[in-house]
Parts: sequence; C-alpha cells; structure tokens
Amino acid sequence: MIKAILIFNNHGKPRLSKFYEHYSEDTEQQIIRETFHLVSKRDENVCNFLEGGMLIGGSENKLIYRHYATLYFVFCVDSSESELGILDLIQVFVETLDKCFENVCELDLIFHVDKVHNILAEMVMGGMVLETNMNEIITQVDAQNKMEKSEFFPFFSLYRHLSFSLPGRTGRHSPQEFGWYCRCTCSCCICRKEHEPSRNAQKHQHRRHQHKSAKLTLLQIAA
Amino acid sequence: MALKIVKGSIDRMFDKNLQDLVRGIRNHKEDEAKYISTCIDEIKQELKQDNIAVKANAVCKLTYLQMLGYDVSWAAFNIVEVMSSSKFTYKRIGYLAASQCFHESTDVIMLTTNQIRKDLSSPNQYDTGVALTGLSCFVTPDLARDLANDIMTLMSHTKPYIRKKAVLIMYKVFLKYPESLRPAFPRLKEKLEDPDPGVQSAAVNVICELARRNPKNYLSLAPLFFKLMTSSTNNWVLIKIIKLFGALTPLEPRLGKKLIEPLTNLIHSTSAMSLLYECVNTVIAVLISLSSGMPNHSASIQLCVQKLRILIEDSDQNLKYLGLLAMSKILKTHPKSVQSHKDLILQCLDDKDESIRLRALDLLYGMVSKKNLMEIVKKLMLHVDKAEGTTYRDELLTKIIDICSQSNYQYITNFEWYISILVELTRLEGTRHGHLIASQMLDVAIRVKAIRAFAVAQMATLLDNAHLLTGNTQRNGICEVLYAAAWICGEFSEHLEEPMATLEAMLRPKVATLPGHIQAVYVQNAAKLFATVLRGQEGVPADSTVAQETSQLLIDRLPLFVQSSNLEVQERASCILQLVKYIQKLQQKDVEVAEEVTALFAGELNPVAPKAQKKVPVPEGLDLDVWINEPPSGSESEDEGRKSKGKAVFAKEESRHTKPRYTEVDEKELAKRREVRKAEQANNPFYIKASPSSQKVYQDGVGVEHIPVVQIDLSVPLKVPGMPMSDQYVKLEEERRERNKADKKKKKDKKKREKGEKGRRRRGDSGPESEEDITPAHMVDIVTEEMPENALPSDDDDKDPNDPHKALNIDLDKPLADSEKKLPVRSHRPDEVLKSPMEDRQVVEVVPEPKKKTGKEKKDRKKSKEKKKKHKQEEEGDLMGAGSEEPVQPEETKEVAAPPPASTPEASDLDFWLSNAPVPSNPQAAAAPASTPRTASGMAAVAPDSEPEEAKDTEPEETKSSTHKKKKQKKEKEKKKKKHHHNHSDGAGDESVQNGTVEEEEPLPPMSNYALLAENSYIKMMKQDADKVCDIQGNLQDGSQVVVSVIFENKCDSFIKSMEFNVLDSLNSKLQRPDGAGPHDGLIVPFQLPPGISNEARFIFSVQNIVMPQKLKGTLTFIVKTDDSSTHEKLDFKLHFTCTSYLITTPCYSDAYSKLLESGDLKGCSLKLEGVNQPFHHLLARICFHHHFSVVERIDSCASMYSRSIQGHHMCLLVKTADQTVSIDAKCDEPGLLGNVLDEIKLTFSQC
Repeated sequence: MIKAILIFNNHGKPRLSKFYEHYSEDTEQQIIRETFHLVSKRDENVCNFLEGGMLIGGSENKLIYRHYATLYFVFCVDSSESELGILDLIQVFVETLDKCFENVCELDLIFHVDKVHNILAEMVMGGMVLETNMNEIITQVDAQNKMEKSEFFPFFSLYRHLSFSLPGRTGRHSPQEFGWYCRCTCSCCICRKEHEPSRNAQKHQHRRHQHKSAKLTLLQIAA
Repeated sequence: MALKIVKGSIDRMFDKNLQDLVRGIRNHKEDEAKYISTCIDEIKQELKQDNIAVKANAVCKLTYLQMLGYDVSWAAFNIVEVMSSSKFTYKRIGYLAASQCFHESTDVIMLTTNQIRKDLSSPNQYDTGVALTGLSCFVTPDLARDLANDIMTLMSHTKPYIRKKAVLIMYKVFLKYPESLRPAFPRLKEKLEDPDPGVQSAAVNVICELARRNPKNYLSLAPLFFKLMTSSTNNWVLIKIIKLFGALTPLEPRLGKKLIEPLTNLIHSTSAMSLLYECVNTVIAVLISLSSGMPNHSASIQLCVQKLRILIEDSDQNLKYLGLLAMSKILKTHPKSVQSHKDLILQCLDDKDESIRLRALDLLYGMVSKKNLMEIVKKLMLHVDKAEGTTYRDELLTKIIDICSQSNYQYITNFEWYISILVELTRLEGTRHGHLIASQMLDVAIRVKAIRAFAVAQMATLLDNAHLLTGNTQRNGICEVLYAAAWICGEFSEHLEEPMATLEAMLRPKVATLPGHIQAVYVQNAAKLFATVLRGQEGVPADSTVAQETSQLLIDRLPLFVQSSNLEVQERASCILQLVKYIQKLQQKDVEVAEEVTALFAGELNPVAPKAQKKVPVPEGLDLDVWINEPPSGSESEDEGRKSKGKAVFAKEESRHTKPRYTEVDEKELAKRREVRKAEQANNPFYIKASPSSQKVYQDGVGVEHIPVVQIDLSVPLKVPGMPMSDQYVKLEEERRERNKADKKKKKDKKKREKGEKGRRRRGDSGPESEEDITPAHMVDIVTEEMPENALPSDDDDKDPNDPHKALNIDLDKPLADSEKKLPVRSHRPDEVLKSPMEDRQVVEVVPEPKKKTGKEKKDRKKSKEKKKKHKQEEEGDLMGAGSEEPVQPEETKEVAAPPPASTPEASDLDFWLSNAPVPSNPQAAAAPASTPRTASGMAAVAPDSEPEEAKDTEPEETKSSTHKKKKQKKEKEKKKKKHHHNHSDGAGDESVQNGTVEEEEPLPPMSNYALLAENSYIKMMKQDADKVCDIQGNLQDGSQVVVSVIFENKCDSFIKSMEFNVLDSLNSKLQRPDGAGPHDGLIVPFQLPPGISNEARFIFSVQNIVMPQKLKGTLTFIVKTDDSSTHEKLDFKLHFTCTSYLITTPCYSDAYSKLLESGDLKGCSLKLEGVNQPFHHLLARICFHHHFSVVERIDSCASMYSRSIQGHHMCLLVKTADQTVSIDAKCDEPGLLGNVLDEIKLTFSQC
C-alpha cells in the first residue's frame, strides 16, 4: 500500500499532498516538513530509499523519492510495495505529467494542482496502484478533460472532434498560456533567475533530461 | 480563439478562480496568512450563493488551501453539495475535495450514501469512476456496508475502466466491512482471469494485500497464481505475485519447492532489476521455509548470494541498498554463506550514504563470531567517534550493544572487555541511550558472577568521576548510567576495594542535581555501602571511632536528600537517616551492629525473565473477572478504572530492569520477604539455583583454574579515568588466545574431559568452525532468568488487537452458505442507530433481534451440513489423488462454473497440485510434512467413525464449536431443508446476469426504489418499496415480515424532533411494536433532524396474507423546534404494500428452473404490453429492479426470470419481445398473487 504521496519543491513548499490515511491538517503539514528535512539533506547520488519511520505509521514504512530539477516526488509505502517498482512508478507519473502538461515544470504543478490530482487518481487509487501503463492513463485523463469541456461548450466538442482527432495530441495546453504565467506572476525561484519563458523552458527541460538520463537507466533496465 | 474569449468571460464570472488564488498568494509573500484569511472570507461568501459553479470554484480553492494546512472541515456540507452536482466538472471537484478532507468522523458523510449510490450506477463511466476514486479515500464502515452490493455489481461492469476501479476499492470495503469478504471473494477470484490486464492487475493487487495479512486463507489460490506467474508478462503483476508467494511459502513448504525452479529461471532470464530483486527475495523466503537445508538447495543460495553481491557492488546506490537488505534476510538462516562476504559489508560501513551504512550495520549483527567480535566492535567504536549526526551515532551505539548481547552474550569471550566498552560508551555526549547502557551494565553485573569484582571497580571509578558525565546538562541521557553504577556498587559492595571512598563519592552535594530516580538509588545504595563499611571497620577492634565517623558522614550528608523535592528520595533518605542515627547511638554504647545492619541487605537478587509475571498461571478456581466485593452502584466510571487497574496487575510486563525497584520497599519488609523467599526456594525442588554458593563466595568450583585474573589485573590500569581501555583488551585477548593454543597442544587430552562441563554453558553455538577453540577468559556463569513454576510456554503475546486486518482473517475456502451469498444490502445501520446520541430503549427494540438470531442459527446449521459434505468429498478426492498420480489438470474449469461444490475439492486440488512438485530428490520428505488434512482423511478412510473428529481438527476453531453444538439437535430439520436448498443453492455465481445491467454498452437510465410517501412544508417522507424480508424458511407458516425503509428529510429551517411513526393496523398487516406497547402506540423514530438533513429508519411489518396488495394509513407526528418556540405537527400518509413487495430477489439456476417448470405445480397466466420502445435489457433491468426478479437465462430477445415470495411461492416469467410488443408468460403456484404482480408490472411499464 502507498500511504502518502507528496510533491514539494527544493524549499519544502508543498505542491501536492495526497494522504491515503487520515491525518489532521497540522499533522499533515508536519509530515511534509519532516519529510522535506529528511530528503533535502541527502546528496544527489545516494540511494532513494529512506527509513523515515516515525512519520507515517511506524517503522514498517519507507520513503521512496526522486528528485527532478526543482521538485521532490516522495512516496511513502509499506513493505508490500516493491521499492524499484515504486521508483518506476514515480518515473511513469512524471512522464505522464510531462505529456499532459507538455514540458511540465514546477509552475504547472503550482497552478494546476487539481489537474495533477486528476492524473494521479488514474494511477493510484486509495493507496493501491491502479494503472501503470502511461498511454492508458493519458487516454483516460484526456477523455475526462474532453468531457469537462463539452459540458461547457457542447458545440465545441464537435469542433474539437474534428480538429483534434489528428494523430498525436496537440494544443490541449497552449504554450502561450504557459508563457503567460511566467511573464506575469512568476516569482518561483527557477523562473526568477531566467526570465525569458521559452529559454527557461528549454533549460528546464534540458536539466530535467540530464536527471532523467541518470535515472532512466533504471527504467530501461526494468522495462 | 473563440473558445478563449468565451472561456475568459466565464472565468470572470467567478470572483476568483484557483489560478488567481495561487497567484495572489505568491504575490503576498509577506502577509500570506492575512491574505489567505481574506480569501477564506470570500470563499465563505461564494459558498452562500446558489450558483453551483460558484460553489464548485470555491470548493476547488479550498482544496488548495487544505494542502497548505488550513482546516476546511467547516465546508464539508458544501463539498457534499458540489459532489451532487449533475455536471461532471463540478462533481469531480467535489469528490476531490471530499477525498482530501473527509474522514471517518466527518458527520456529513452519512448524507452522501445515496448520492454515491446514484453516481455508481450512473450511465457515464467517468461519473462512476470519480465516485469510486473518491470513495476509496473516505469510505467508512457505514458506507462500505451500504454500498458493498453496488460495488460488487460494478465488478462485472462492461467497461474495464470501471471494473478495475471496483475491484480495487473492494479492498477498502473489506477493511471497513469484513462481512463482505466471503460473499465477494468468488467474484474477486474470477477477476484474476479477466481479459483486461488492468483488471487482472487490480485483482492481483487486492488479493496480495489481503494475503499479506492472513496468508493461510489464500493458499488455495496458489495454483492460479502459479499459472499467472508463468504466463503474465506485466512486470508489475509479476512482482506482486512473486511477493505474494514470498508470504505464502512459510505456510506450505511444498509450494516453495515447486517455486524454486521457475524463480531461478526468472532470475537467470529477466533483465528487469526490480523483478530480479523480488525473485531473489522470494527464493530467500522459500529457502528460509525449507530451513531443513536440503543439499540441492545450496546452489540456489549461492545463486542468490552471488546475485546480491552483484547488486551490492553496483554503483547505483539503490541497488546496493536493496542488496544489503536482502542479504540480511539470508543471514538469518544461512549465516555462513553471507559471512564469506564480510569484506564487502565492512566496506559498506564506510559508505557516505547513511541508509546504506545502517543496512550494513544490520548485517554485521549476524557476521560476528567469537573470533571477530572484538575486531568488529573496535571498528564500530571508531565510527562512533567519527559519526557526526547523533541519530547515526545512537544507531551505532544500539547496534554495538545488540551485537554484543545477542543470544545471551554468546560471542563475548571476555566480559572485562565488554564492561570497558560500555564504560567507553558513556563518554558519548548527548546520546539518548543512557538507559540502554545502564541496563546492560546491570544485566552483565548481575548475571555474570565472575565479572562482579571488575564491574564494581569500574563503576566505582564512574561514580568518582560522575561530574564528567553530568557536566553539561540535566537532560543529558547518559547520566542514567550512574543509576546502574550506584546500584552495582551498593549491591556488590563486598568487592569494593575502598568502600569508604565510594560512599563518600555517592554522598557528594553535586548528586542532588541528578534526576530523582537516580538520587533515590544513590541513597538506598549508600545505606548498603554503609553496612559493608561498618563490617569492615568493626572487624578491627581499635577502629570504633572510625566507624562512628562513617555514621557521622551519613548523618551530615543525608539531610540534603531529606530536603529533596522528589518524594521517593525524601522518604528513603529520612528513613535511612533515622536508622543511621540509631546505629550511631548503639555505636556510642560500643554495641556491635555491623552484623545486624548487613542482615538488612542480605540475600541475592536473581534476574526475573521479562515475561515471568505474565506467565504466572491463574490458580484453579480463581476467576479474575468476578467481583471481589460487589461494586458500589452509581459510579460507573470509577468501577471501570478499577477494573482496568485490576487487569493491568496481571498483564503488566515486568522487565528485569525494573528489578532494582524492589529496593523501594522499606528494608525491614524487604528482609522479611527475603527470608520468606529463601525458605520457599529451599523447599522448592524446581527452583534452579545458579550456584549453591552464597553471594560472598562468588568464584569457586570449575571455573577457578581458567581465570587468568592476575594477569589482567596487572596489565590494566583500572584507576585511570577517561582513557579508553578496550583496545588493550583486544591485544590481551589475542595474546591469550595464542597462549591457549599453545597450552592446548600440550594438554589436548586433558581438555577433552573438561569439555563436558563447558557444554553446559554453550547453548546453540553455531559460529565458524574454529569457534570451539576459543576458550572464554572467564568461566562465566550466565544466570538464567527466573520463571514462575508451571509457566506455560507460549508466544502469542505480540499480536496487535487493533489491527484492522485481524477481522479479515476469514476462511475463504468454505463454501458460501445460502444466507451469505448476497450481501445484506439494506439491513440499515442497526449499529449506527446505537451510536447516535438519541439512543434509547425504543431504538434497541426496533432492531429485529429475534430474527437475527434465527438467521445466525441457520447459518451455523448450514455450515455443519456443508462441512460434512466437504469432508466426504475431500476424502474421495484424496483417495483418487493417491491412487493415480497422473498429472491431470486441476479441476479449475469446474470451479468457475459452480462455485460452492467446487470449492470443496479445492483443498485437495492444492494438495494434488503441490504433490506434483518436481522434487525427485526426496519424495518422502515432500509427502511427510505435506498435509495434515490428507493424512487425517486417509486414516479416516480406514476408520470411518473417527473421521469427522480427525479432520475437523485442521479446521479453524470458531466453526468447529458451533458445528458441534448444533449438529445433533438440528439434524432432522436439516433434512427437510436440504430439498429446499437444492433449488437455488448454487446461484451465487452469476449475479452479473441477474440484474441485467451487464450485457449492453448502452447505459441504463437511473432508477430509484424510493417513492414519495408524503410531504408537507416541514418534512418529506420517501418510502422505499418494502423490500428486505427476513427468515423465510424458519416461519413459513406463521406469517412473514416485511421491512420498510423510510427516508425522512427535513425541508424547513428548524430542528425536527420527537418524531413518532404510527400506522393503523389492518387485520392482515401489522406494524411490529416493542413488547408491552399497545396496538395503537406509535414508534419513536430514533433520531432528530437538523435543517436540511435526511435520515432513514426501518419499520417492520408482519403480514399474514400476501396474495392481495394492501394499503395502510398512518401518521407521523413530530415537533418543529425553532429558536423561540416549538410546535406539534403531523403528517398523514398511506403505505402501499404492492404484491411485488412480497417478492424477494432470489437467484436460480437454469436446471433448477426447468425442473420447477416441469413439476406442473404452477398455474400459468400471461400478459401483453404494447408500444414498449425500450431496449430489451432496460426492460429486464426494470423488472429486476422494481419487481425483485432475477434473470435466469437470456437468449436474444427472450428471457426467463425467477422470483420467490416471502412465503415461498415460486414465480417464473418468460419475457419475449418483438417490435415494441412484449409478451410475458408467467407461472406461479398462487394464481392470485401472480395476477396482482402482473398487473403491477403492467403499471410500471405504462408509467414510463
């Protein structure tokens, strides 16, 4: 069972928290803080497992995390989950986010927590892994988004059917929208340094890929 | 572009959306809290609006704020509102919010039941999906019970997307509502072979979770999983299955044997590290379960260790970590194969990654031997010095102690070395583990007699340098060791060289800064020391003044402790002070007091086993639950406190470290007790005395010649504080061993004789080969821990009674009893009623208790019957299996077709499958531990009389007892019923067809069972078609009962209370009232309704004649309470009992159905409906739903359906459809009832 899924950035700001057992809001915040402290002081090239013990449910649980550029993805799991399997799952999650948001960066997670939740819900349900196949996840997420749009613009759904039934998924999340956030209100650390959105995106992408290439080996081996 | 504009305008309609909120928070870095509080105010305003879009937007923002740590539970009701929106967009927002902040104690959750049920049956798969996802996060026992059946139906949904979610959520339902496990399990098992890989994976997931907690119930699934394992290509599923096997093998060694080959193949072939790792893990589990150590498995161990070495050597830290983790599992059973990789593991101790170092430490635990213990600990001590973080250092400290103390100090050859290690550890600053070191010191000093002199000397040094330990702060945990030091010096004071100096050290004013419990020990042991000192001084006649000076010292110093704020210290100090004053008086009269004072502390304290207290058997005739005195009435809480206290006395774990507490008792009392105990021990033949000698003569007998005491005393400067000495011991030890070796060569034969004696001490030595050669430096006498006589050896004490999984320990192989086949769907919240604050007498009586009981009885009876059958079949199956060892494919196909009878041979199937395991090496061994059931039933074949008894012993206990009781009494009744059963006993499997919802993709329109009963401006009553009927078979003759669920909904703004439900009984139908109530009294509805809330109540009616529909008039009276006034109101209604409501959905198999039709008992009747333009499956679903029929068989546009009345009338329908015309042919053994039902069916279709 997965007990909790946390995403926070390099400064410990929560970007998503999903607890599969109930805790009070204060405890949740404390768990996030402590997890951040545990995870953030670890070097880049140490193992991705931590026996944080005390936080959620005692010593049977492990923290399994991955660090991508500015974000930590932490899964708290018990002994019934395979450690390497969870690492792969995090990878699938991130790649799914990447596909759904197109070059996902922290900003996407900041402004669209609900969407991230929806994507996560197609992968993990009530602490158990629902689906590991990325294409299947994306299909379901897309279908639901489409449905959501059609509720507001019934005529548009027709139009969309025509224009977006092309192979490949395009234009669901236009790049302008993404840039617009950056120009106007971005005060997050990555973007403050590098103001130009497109370059930032590229750099971000580049950096992420560096990370990925290191971690991806695992995925490739596993696959 | 057009879209953008439209969307933008809609966005602006809302005050502020999630993105705006996030942006706002980011722009208000300095006054975030303030900004958010204004936002929350805005949200509150938005929630008050009627527009659902605005509400949804507000809830969406709240979800975000919840993540930031703001409590949003106040908006729970609004979340429910948004959840119930018909638009998917809003619904999704609502469910997300609910999943983030609802939990079991959220009270509005009970309002969601019907909404969720509606969403679950929604035609839109994503509505269902979103509801399932949300439910998985906040399911409560009530929701689980109410929705279990709906979810079970969804498990056979046409869409794999829904199926997989429904399968997955079943796990949560089981956890909350364990009763659902047995009825749902057959279907869950089916899903293991679902064509969709996602559904399959979900089913594997759920079963793995279940099996992990209660593995033995899932052994019978092993063949199925084995098949999956060899056929599946999905790594995720494979990993899960392999992990599951890891949990199953300890229970069934034969399974392990069968697994080894495919697993090793996988290990060789797979390139996926995750899979490889899990395979290795499971192979290890198998090897552990086969710990007999069969020779041909050493290859597998080698393979595992070799693969793990590759992992550990990998540059990827993750693999290294996991390699070490798995290695530690091998260590437990095959330490030798791991020990050869010691180099690698020691290397990992230097890794920069803490997790890896910790894992390596774990492994070290198993790597030590007598030979290398000192070396390894020395290395660890170096790490202790270097370690920066306190957590890691503490971990090291505990590990050192663990390693040294493991299995009764098995590997320690020189306890002086160990004591000096402990003393060195006390120099660690800021460790939390002071008490751990202290308890080790105590333990060693008490249990190893030979070491006491040395230990006492070391402790005296510690006491003398106490300021070093307490120097920094009070909260420094290390000062705990002073507790041990003081106690050891006091208790074994006869070993002290300079007791006077130590006594002086113990009474320094600085001591008063120590924690209270340590001071108390100081004071107490100062008294012991005083006794020793007196004795020493009185031996010399001239020294009476010195003795008096000693007394004076105590009299001077003790008042400091008398003033202590700690009661314990104060009490002891004043006690001892008085004693010393008295002694001084005697001394002044030149009376010899030393003997008497020492007598106060005479006698030896032996260690008590940690569980000893618990194991004291309760004497016969003593009932601990009975009151000693009758409890005083009226003060319940007090009684409870006393009760729990009484319990604690007997359940409390008394650890040996608490032993020094004995000294808390005042000395005289203690002395008395000692006398008593001594006498007892002397008389008790079972009392094991460690040595016959008293405390004073501590080293004698065998050991003396082996103790090179003199050498050590010369070489070790005991008196130098602050200097590590353990290293010297290492050198010394080496020298000693060299010498010993040389000695040994000389007198080899002499040794042989002594070995016999030493064997006593060396229990279970299993170190490396040369271990035997190392003789310990001291002939240590490890005193065994005392246990009470008659103590029962049992280890059942470490199970957590609160574990939710305990409830799921349900035997799943037993065939389902009839009453279990369907979930008790709408047996509405009897326990919730009890929980509600309004609880009172009436409520309890409304719950149909007597009926429940009969239901249970029934179940029991059935079980007994079926069990008997099962044994017979098992026996047969086994005989067959034994007779022909031909590898026939197990009868799995049969299993799926007819679950109940097939699940009986299942157990033997498993045996059969397992006995085919390819273990040619030792077939006998394979068969011998094989199966108790098999041998048992084999014997039964010879002696049929003993059969049931024999075989039953292997069954779980609970059923056993119940069977025994009921069996004899009910035999005749059973026979009668048997006939009845046959008709429908095997209908469990195909509920998928039953409700007709499965086949077509086209979704069904939502249907509701609830009809409006009556309504006024205050309250609305909805009646559910009288549905659930209880206990048909039991009282066929004397009328049956119908339960009516009524939903009360408060429509006004005021509080509604004191609702009273009354019905004017007719001759035929009567409302069941509690005993003693008159025929015209109303029933009090067991709840109150706050504004806008609805709740449901059940009422039971007894019905005599079910042939005719009935109408009953009734009234509901209630009080509407507003702020300033309350008014009595009443509402009239009519309860309509249709004939349909006397029918119950009963599954029926086609063969039973055709027999029924052939029997000719049934009268026919038919009906034609024109102009029905619904799809056929809608039509069937409608009949099923509204008229409680089940589909028996469906062929194209023709279907046969079955139902049964509460009085046991069979009713069969044949429904045909041809262009808009539906013809229904019906047969029933009660024509009046049939006619009425048909009329009602007609009515249903004319309405839509």
